[in-house]
Amino acid sequence: MTLLEITLLAPLLGGLLLALLGHRPIAGWINIAVGMATFGAALVMALEVFEHGPQLSAGRMFYIDAFNVYLVVLTAFVGLTTSIFSRPYMRHEVERGRVTDRRLRLYHSMYQCFLFSMLLALSTNNLGVLWVAMELATLTTVLLVSLYRTPEAIEAAWKYFILCGVGIAQALFGTVLIYFAAESKLGGDRDDTLLWTVLHSVAGGGLDPAVITLAFVFLLVGYGTKVGLVPLHNWLPDAHSEGPTPMSAVLSGLLLNVALYALVRVKMLVDASLHTNLAGNLMMGFGLLSFTVAGLFLHRQHDVKRMFSYSSIEHMGLITFGFGMGGPLATFGALLHMTVHSLTKSAIFITVGHACQLAGTQRIDQIRGLIRTQPAIGWGLLLGTVAIAGFPPFGVFISEFLLLMATMKAWPWLTIPLLVGFGVAFAGLARHVQRMVFGEPPPGQKPVEANMLPVVVHLFLVLWLGLAIPGFLARWFEQATVLISGASPL
Amino acid sequence: MEFAALSLYNQAIILFAALALFTSFIMLAQARMMPLIFTFAWQGLLLTVVSVLVAIASGHPQLHISAAITFCLKVVVIPYLLYRLSARLNMQYDAEVIEHPTLLLLGGVALVIFSYHVSQSIIHLSGLATRNTIAVSMAIELLGMLLMCARKSAVAQVIGFMSMESGIFFAAVVSTYGMPLIVELGLAFDILVASILFGVFFFHLRDSFGSLNVGQFNRLSEANQPMPSPEATEPSSGERS
Repeated sequence: MTLLEITLLAPLLGGLLLALLGHRPIAGWINIAVGMATFGAALVMALEVFEHGPQLSAGRMFYIDAFNVYLVVLTAFVGLTTSIFSRPYMRHEVERGRVTDRRLRLYHSMYQCFLFSMLLALSTNNLGVLWVAMELATLTTVLLVSLYRTPEAIEAAWKYFILCGVGIAQALFGTVLIYFAAESKLGGDRDDTLLWTVLHSVAGGGLDPAVITLAFVFLLVGYGTKVGLVPLHNWLPDAHSEGPTPMSAVLSGLLLNVALYALVRVKMLVDASLHTNLAGNLMMGFGLLSFTVAGLFLHRQHDVKRMFSYSSIEHMGLITFGFGMGGPLATFGALLHMTVHSLTKSAIFITVGHACQLAGTQRIDQIRGLIRTQPAIGWGLLLGTVAIAGFPPFGVFISEFLLLMATMKAWPWLTIPLLVGFGVAFAGLARHVQRMVFGEPPPGQKPVEANMLPVVVHLFLVLWLGLAIPGFLARWFEQATVLISGASPL
Repeated sequence: MEFAALSLYNQAIILFAALALFTSFIMLAQARMMPLIFTFAWQGLLLTVVSVLVAIASGHPQLHISAAITFCLKVVVIPYLLYRLSARLNMQYDAEVIEHPTLLLLGGVALVIFSYHVSQSIIHLSGLATRNTIAVSMAIELLGMLLMCARKSAVAQVIGFMSMESGIFFAAVVSTYGMPLIVELGLAFDILVASILFGVFFFHLRDSFGSLNVGQFNRLSEANQPMPSPEATEPSSGERS
């Protein structure tokens, strides 16, 4: 059995096992164990890919290169740390009576199935299977968004289901069009026309530009909905704010990345066959719009999880902008930003989850004095916010700085909206977080059982990436950058 | 447009594709639940017939599998599920008010014209029959989306969703003679799971809101505080846009 198979099978079998045992007290531990197995296998596989270059599995079903292997590791890692957080969190929810045994089983099982679908989407070589896995990711999470069965949760889940369903259907149409273009070039008697490796090798020879352009528009709308690009973002704050917090952490930290990964893969094909910057320009436009609009919306939020989900939209917009700009420096910055955003945002959601349990509500104006009631949570939220807002010692600063530099070189005028956007977003976060962290705690507020280990690890990694990117990681990003943009930034 | 010059198979393909497009328009204007579900099943049947015809005309036997999948899902399983759910939720005789039906149908016409316009750009790739059927499949997809936007009933939205899916499946059949088998199976699995989940949601919606009218969703919106009073809400149409 190859390492890739272990990486994929561990969450799938874990999901099946937890479908039976998910309500037992041991389920939280099983969840963690499965996460560890997945992460371990992914890590070893990544080292292999790092040493020996891209790997194509026996039936050409899976393709692992520098770009997706690092996302596989990131996904497995955040999946593991979130499962560590989810054990005490879900136990607390059961004690509060918000979750029954059956729903707890559903939660644990779907958590692992969700990770499986994302890992499948990342590692598959087939654009059709990529689509199927993305849809599967929606299907596995939709019942988790409505886990609490409140009217708000049902409404959020329905919106999520319908909007993402419609969006992802557009992506399927785009995939059909790409298949159509490739088949009229390669002839119809082959069964490997939808494989990314095959498509990428023929794309340079010119697929029909009209069809490819049309396909990219459909794919951008489709996968863009899942990335949460404005104006297709409506589902995202709802789904993030109403579901259980571990779900928000993995949705925000991982699912958005995977959707963006799909978009970038397609962009590589489109760029190779069109030789224009059309795909990049579209992505830049949508990215900048999302970045600006989400920054403004941060100011009007009343729900803490909703606020941070708008921050996710903002950062995904920035990353899309970076990938759209192309060029080695921007791509390097975007890859780094994907990593640090995932780590920081999942750490923030973990902290926010504990803070909400502490205050008994998600409303910003009722969460007060975290740092005095439970310093670990207060400091976690404060440092997380400082990190995500892009302050110097943390990695987000480095990636945003790189993106800003790249913008200044290629599109000098666009640095102005970017800088204004950073300021607006920081103000939006600071005005809310400052009051939640400091301020007078309401009487009777007691500390809760919290496991801050994942937060510490994530923030430490982000800090490390901000102070010095380790050599092997830099070379890794460089390999991925060369793959995507065709040139090295170093 | 020399239709008479085409082979009989191709003429039949165009005919049935046009009929499938016609059923999309019927669904757009059909306010009652049961006929809506039956029309959807008819559309599935027409698309199955087209798949079989394409399979025979083009000599791609694997298309029979696609046709069988379409038949099972779109003609038997999904309409049956929806029918049974409507019966259990006691809403098989319900009808919803369609706002601006004329405008809606004209919008549908505009979408068909748009689809033909877009597919003009890929003229040189294929023959007459394919060009028509690609335009029709895109139109079916867009009309399904229009149906979802225009309707407030959860059942009608599900039908619109499935109709979109049919349109795309149809596009794959006529333009590329089907997707690779593994993709088609995955697709069918996803649609099946989706339809079951939709069924689960019908019960949740009824338990939480008392009906399947999603037009009354107003709890999550940027214009409101998190817990709005019922009267201080935005028009619901803005929420799902």
